[in-house]
Amino acid sequence: MSKVKSIFTSSNAFLVYLLVVMILIVTIINPNFLSAENFLTILRSSAYSGIFAIGFLFVLICGGLDVSFAAVATVGQYIAGKVMINAPGTPWIFVVLIPPLVGVLLAGFNAFMIYKLNAPPLIITIAIQNIVFGVLQFVTQGRWLSNFPKWFNEFPLKLVVSTENSNGVLYGLSVLTVIWFAVAAIADFILKKTVYGRRLYAMGGNIEAARRGGIDILKYQMFAYGFLGFCSGLAGLVHTMVTQTVAPNTLIGNEFYTIAAVVLGGANIFGGSGSVFGTVMGVIIMAVLTNALTIMRVPAYWHQVFTGGILIASMAVTAAHARRAYKKG
Amino acid sequence: MANYITMKNICKNYIGVQALKNVDFSLDRGEIHCLVGGNGSGKSTLIKVLSGVNQPEPGGEIIIDGKTFSSLSVQESIKQGIRVIYQDLALFPNLSIKENIAFQIYGETNSPIVDWDAVESRAKAAMEIIGLDMDPDRLVGSLSIAEQQLVEITRSLVGELKLLILDEPTASLTRKEVNALFAAIRRLQARGVTTMFVSHKMNEIFEIAEKVTVIRDGEIIGAYPPAELDDDKLVYFMTGKTFRTEAPDPIDPSAGFILETKNLTKKDEFEDISIQVRKGEILGITGLLGSGRTEFALSIFGMNPPDSGEIWIDGKKEKITSNVRAQKLKIAYVPEDRLSQGVILDQPILENLTITVFERFLEKFGLMNLKKRRSESEKMVQDLLMKISSLDAPMRTLSGGNQQKGVLAKWLATNPRLLILDEPTVGIDVYAKNSIYELIKNLARTGMGIILISDEILEVLSNCHRVLVMEQGKIVHELTPNENSAAELLEKFNLA
Ligand SMILES: Nc1ncnc2c1ncn2[C@@H]1O[C@H](COP(=O)(O)OP(=O)(O)OP(=O)(O)O)[C@@H](O)[C@H]1O
Ligand SMILES: [Mg+2]
Repeated sequence: MSKVKSIFTSSNAFLVYLLVVMILIVTIINPNFLSAENFLTILRSSAYSGIFAIGFLFVLICGGLDVSFAAVATVGQYIAGKVMINAPGTPWIFVVLIPPLVGVLLAGFNAFMIYKLNAPPLIITIAIQNIVFGVLQFVTQGRWLSNFPKWFNEFPLKLVVSTENSNGVLYGLSVLTVIWFAVAAIADFILKKTVYGRRLYAMGGNIEAARRGGIDILKYQMFAYGFLGFCSGLAGLVHTMVTQTVAPNTLIGNEFYTIAAVVLGGANIFGGSGSVFGTVMGVIIMAVLTNALTIMRVPAYWHQVFTGGILIASMAVTAAHARRAYKKG
Repeated sequence: MANYITMKNICKNYIGVQALKNVDFSLDRGEIHCLVGGNGSGKSTLIKVLSGVNQPEPGGEIIIDGKTFSSLSVQESIKQGIRVIYQDLALFPNLSIKENIAFQIYGETNSPIVDWDAVESRAKAAMEIIGLDMDPDRLVGSLSIAEQQLVEITRSLVGELKLLILDEPTASLTRKEVNALFAAIRRLQARGVTTMFVSHKMNEIFEIAEKVTVIRDGEIIGAYPPAELDDDKLVYFMTGKTFRTEAPDPIDPSAGFILETKNLTKKDEFEDISIQVRKGEILGITGLLGSGRTEFALSIFGMNPPDSGEIWIDGKKEKITSNVRAQKLKIAYVPEDRLSQGVILDQPILENLTITVFERFLEKFGLMNLKKRRSESEKMVQDLLMKISSLDAPMRTLSGGNQQKGVLAKWLATNPRLLILDEPTVGIDVYAKNSIYELIKNLARTGMGIILISDEILEVLSNCHRVLVMEQGKIVHELTPNENSAAELLEKFNLA
């Protein structure tokens, strides 16, 4: 009984209400907005930030922070792009493995430095972000990569379920969206059902207690940051598939968008709480907001004002929920 | 009884302090062993060596069941069936009760998948042993400190338990909860579990211990059967000194009221409370945890404004709706859980002590008189017999009891006209307790009004002019302490 009630009053439910209300308002202003086609497009174009967000969630839950994920992703993109251009015959499986691998290595290095130097993760990852970005600019000389092999052009256009719209154009559920949701499902399983996930929550809740409980902190930090690294690589790959270009400055600088989405989704910036469902909702809400404002031809600078506003509003709601949860249990 | 653990020649140095000096210590299987000693004498440090949190200096030996170790890691200690409940709790506030309790079983199996049914059933089984009757899905962060402690104790029962170590487990428990805890310890003893126990409460030590080891300044004084000891002897072994408590000076019956409350009421918390505190009076309030005494005290301090009723300060009716207002009226409140509310662990002791009164050291142009600040801090340290290596060391390096004293000192320094002390001597050793009582009485002599809230009947009876008993939000009894008071309270209210 109390479980049923909590479904309607939890902070996740708030996100659903928020999304529905937003969709209703936008639809009243502009009826073109409400269509399956538009919604599926939004899901496809936010697949990469959705994957970033899930990785970022892991690091937040364990009490860490990592702002270098976009830089890490760009390195993966660039190496994979170079390989495809210089050796077009490379089997696809190798190409798609490169970015996640690069991600795991760089993020693992982050985790190691944070642990060994016992330094604030924000500072370490800002440093790494800067170093990586600088090196990238030097190596690439600002040049973009494009003209990738045919399989790389065609794969992201694949639809898992499809139908035609009134103009006879095919639309449907993109394979990229499916990749995002698959990552989300795996992440959800890890967090809820595995020892690894539970220990991440424990570390985020009270790291000293976790240490006394015999948890190998370095190992689990490596796991969380490594998972973010993996997701960053994958997100970078998906992003390249959507844009078909690699440029050193498209992902870097937009980290705030991902962080905002995760926090909007109810994760605590100080660690210990957050859910995959909330994170997915956070990303969708941010994407719907951007899309709606674009459709309504609101100038870009207003987007930021709205994003900030929504973030503050959701913080207020999350805080109220947390207070209630801690009061009543 | 058979020997279970022997520690030989254990030393532990921190920067500037030798916390353990060539300690020899042994435990017999299945016994209930009490470790006593003053604040900062090395009890927690010794425990941390056994639990693997601290590694002793090379040269020592720890022999468990005939196996010799030069030091233990946390994992090894857990593997040996040793579980510790620390002074500062080690729970996960963001997780449920059942997950906190059953957390250790994650390390038991090799399967990476969490067996939620096992978590639930193991947690429930352990809760049954302790008699913990709560919804296992509640978040631990939503529980009171006392409840959290019970969860922590319950947690140690999950998994293979051979030695249960409790570092001041009763500090924040009510008498009823202490009884439940002792019952649980005895039940565990029947299963062959050994218990090692730290407490500053004499009556508890004599009630439960089968062997008492005394430690002073990092050295073992000796191990004794309780039958060979009494209060005075034990205190002498711990401190090397003897002392007596004296009743407070009589108050001037014509002195004015510093505080008067009239029919103070707050729904579900307290009802119709009318009390008076004269200048120079020490008023004791006792009653079980949950009797509404803290809520009432907070309402005078502005942090829990009442629904109805009046508060008069120095003969003037006041509306106190915030703690800022209360401080303006020179009311000070030293909270019950000082450790979570009152210390900045990474700041130097000096800063912590003077944070409430730093204006006092400001001179021309707002510059701080550092010399004066230091000398007054030194005096505070002396007054409360704090054991510190240097005023510049971070608060974190102090033993639990010495941190408590620090918080107390900083509030005492504000020189209020009404001082409310909520359980001021929890976790403080007998010797320092006495110095705090002396201090309270001295403050009263200067005309300060004092409200002393405490569970310990003897504490209020021997230090207060008047004692009120609260039960379920109401004042049910008032007495002026005399030699029969303790028996009277025990008989009427079952307060031991
Ligand atoms: N991390 C640390 N760094 C430096 N000194 C420390 C540290 N921890 C403890 N000490 C010092 O070691 C000594 C012993 O401390 P310990 O915590 O073992 O005392 P205790 O007997 O448990 O006291 P209490 O009754 O107050 O809890 C104290 O002088 C304390 O200041
Ligand atoms: Mg201690």
